[in-house]
Amino acid sequence: MAKSLFQEFSKGIIKENPVLRLMLGTCATLAVTTAASNAIGMGAATTFVLVCSNAVISALRKVIPDKVRIPAYITVIAAFVTIVQLLIQAYSPALDKSLGIFLPLIVVNCIILGRAEMYANKNKVLPSILDGLGMGVGFTVALLMTGIIRELLGAGTVFGIPITSGFMPPIIIFILPPGGFFVFGMLIALANRISEGKGQKPAELGCASCPLAASCTKLMAQEKDCNRKEGK
Amino acid sequence: MLKSLVAIFLAAILTENYILNKFLGICPFLGVSKKLNTATGMSLAVTVVMVLATAVTWPIYTYLLVPSGLAYLQTIVFILIIAALVQLLEITLRKYMPPLYNSLGVYLPLITTNCAVLGVTMLVLEKGAADPTFGYVESLVNAFGAGIGFLVAMVLFAGIRERLELCDIPKSLRGLPITLIAASLVAVSFLGFNGLVEGMLG
Repeated sequence: MAKSLFQEFSKGIIKENPVLRLMLGTCATLAVTTAASNAIGMGAATTFVLVCSNAVISALRKVIPDKVRIPAYITVIAAFVTIVQLLIQAYSPALDKSLGIFLPLIVVNCIILGRAEMYANKNKVLPSILDGLGMGVGFTVALLMTGIIRELLGAGTVFGIPITSGFMPPIIIFILPPGGFFVFGMLIALANRISEGKGQKPAELGCASCPLAASCTKLMAQEKDCNRKEGK
Repeated sequence: MLKSLVAIFLAAILTENYILNKFLGICPFLGVSKKLNTATGMSLAVTVVMVLATAVTWPIYTYLLVPSGLAYLQTIVFILIIAALVQLLEITLRKYMPPLYNSLGVYLPLITTNCAVLGVTMLVLEKGAADPTFGYVESLVNAFGAGIGFLVAMVLFAGIRERLELCDIPKSLRGLPITLIAASLVAVSFLGFNGLVEGMLG
């Protein structure tokens, strides 16, 4: 029992890493990773929302009618995002400034709605909390990796500490938007390479990872290759 | 007046492109840009919802939430308005304009959780707070420009992806990684527009 609970937690970090394997929450990953400290802040805020919303949605899974579940989930998530927003504004105004619009946008981060739809509404409260915690930590780790690489190459620092100032000028493009796409692409390639050796499928942005897949069957019928890729 | 509106519109498309510059709406950008016709349909639906959402949320925020001291409820109110609006739009289209519903309506359920839509409604309010001349009309023009910018990026990228399908790519880079690297190159080319709008319209 204890072992399986631990698995609920640990699967989110490597095997089902939300960013590098499930391809969820790409907007936030690309936007806030210009510095490693932003990555930690965003990761922590998202983890908090994910754990709380998973717990509440799992506790209410028998109360919420199936037809209105998506609006209900969005309301629960938005409430927790507002709490996080107010906390960060009060205790860390600098972080609030550097995350900017992406702090309220946690509400539409597909990781949270995705976990609610795929996990929390089918499982008990404790496993749901652990699932949220694992996914949050996995998200933070992926963000931190991207953040460290981009800050090191683009500004020559890590967490604001100068590293390469003596021998290498910063390559500014890495902290600009194109660098974000590039570093993220290379990290997914690396994750694909590693998982390939273990016989897992490469990461793919198909309908399988989309939390709203069930409500867009028409689109799926139109894009037939979508079904083919899902392979489930 | 007109000149500043044109400047806002062009800036929203080129220098502040929501996908390539602000990283909003990456999921549909990577997910639905495989074919040109789906990319166009999705972007047009996003444009419509962006303009409608801004048209509704701007007055609600300015005349309802701020005077009653409830500005901190922005996130929760906006997401519920957008969700309701999308639902309403879907029902109306299905009932009164079936041909339009068949071409655009199928994308509507996906748009509720599109961060570009929520993003634009919040960013225009941020701009309005920083610059008092940036009012309702400017916000609507900005939202329309953001939608068209979304369309431009999606259509450009759909063209690139159709060519990528035929290329011989190293195994670990196949699929998403090469798509992201191609997106990075498109973003580099959009960096070239920096300062263009200000230079053109003073």
